[in-house]
Amino acid sequence: MTGSFEEIIARDQRIEPRDEMPDGYRATMIRQISQHAHSEIIGMQPEGTWITRAPSLRRKAILLAKVQDEAGHGLYLYSAAETLGVDREDLTERLISGKQKYSSIFNYPALTFADVGVIGWLVDGAAICNQVPLCRSSYGPYARAMIRICKEESFHQRQGYELLMTMMRGTDGQRRMVRDATDRWWWPSLMMFGPPDAESPNTAQSLAWRVKRHTNDELRQRFVDLAVPQAEALGVTLPDPVLRWNEERGRYDFGEVDWTEFKQVIAGNGPCNAQRIAQRRAAHEDGAWVREAAEAYAAKEAVA
Amino acid sequence: MNWPLYEVFIRGRRGLNHVHVGSLHAPDDEMALRNARDLYTRRNEGVSIWVVRAKHIAASSPDEKDPFFAPSGDKVYRHPTFYEIPDEVPGI
Repeated sequence: MTGSFEEIIARDQRIEPRDEMPDGYRATMIRQISQHAHSEIIGMQPEGTWITRAPSLRRKAILLAKVQDEAGHGLYLYSAAETLGVDREDLTERLISGKQKYSSIFNYPALTFADVGVIGWLVDGAAICNQVPLCRSSYGPYARAMIRICKEESFHQRQGYELLMTMMRGTDGQRRMVRDATDRWWWPSLMMFGPPDAESPNTAQSLAWRVKRHTNDELRQRFVDLAVPQAEALGVTLPDPVLRWNEERGRYDFGEVDWTEFKQVIAGNGPCNAQRIAQRRAAHEDGAWVREAAEAYAAKEAVA
Repeated sequence: MNWPLYEVFIRGRRGLNHVHVGSLHAPDDEMALRNARDLYTRRNEGVSIWVVRAKHIAASSPDEKDPFFAPSGDKVYRHPTFYEIPDEVPGI
């Protein structure tokens, strides 16, 4: 059974690459998927700096596997974006020239090894809240990529939380590192869900197209409700003086995110924006000889 | 530089068909297989990989869907449930 774009969406079926789709839908999906891919690729950097300084071989192997997963997630997503008719090289160019954005969270630095744990717990935890509903996104290749990604993210969050539990059983200095990292990452993690619903003009259209399944504020609330008991179990206090259980709502009340900071980081003025792009550009340019050599070899083999 | 696009198919376990899992870019077939292993089987998801250049795949298009698949639509007699067999007949 087939039908028009609207009929397929209304039946909650998936749109596939060669189906007809409105230009706006195609543009929205290209933007969302490529920004998501860029975020995974840039997301390798904050924790990647700790690979050579991990405190044990166990932690080093885990961190390597995790950062390799982020690369893999980026590639699944670029692959999904390409089904909409964009070019991989072009997407890379749009990232390193600053024409396309990536998640603002990766413009904050990972200052200590406790940050590796907090990134896994909070940043990957927030990512999971965002991504699980995207497994039912209306665009088939994106939804399928998200299913793979979500399966792998669960390891990311758990390794981070386990790392933090280990540090909390350690010295006073280690506990201070965990609390300090939690203080620094809590609010940026809440920003990951995007602007408040009242200031998110694209949300209604994205919900209608079933590109999104929940609003930013719904997902943010869900994340807070999950994170508070996890913080208690860990023995850390979240840096929000108004955070408290609301019996009536059956959910946690929490403070207002500093949206001025969010806008500043999006605008390119976060602590690490320039560094992240410079590093990605350097990796791309420094790898040019490898790509050229592989291509020369392929050309030689094709003749032989 | 633009490496060709490959589509990747993985056999998850012995006894199953290869299933399409996604795509990747690689300079040649050998690199496509190696990249596919690193990208799509980091957790033992496969026992065999096929890669094929995307441009070599011929596909039916959704626009043709109705006429293309229509011939099978009116042949209900190809399904076992089309035939009425009394309940008391065993093993059929």
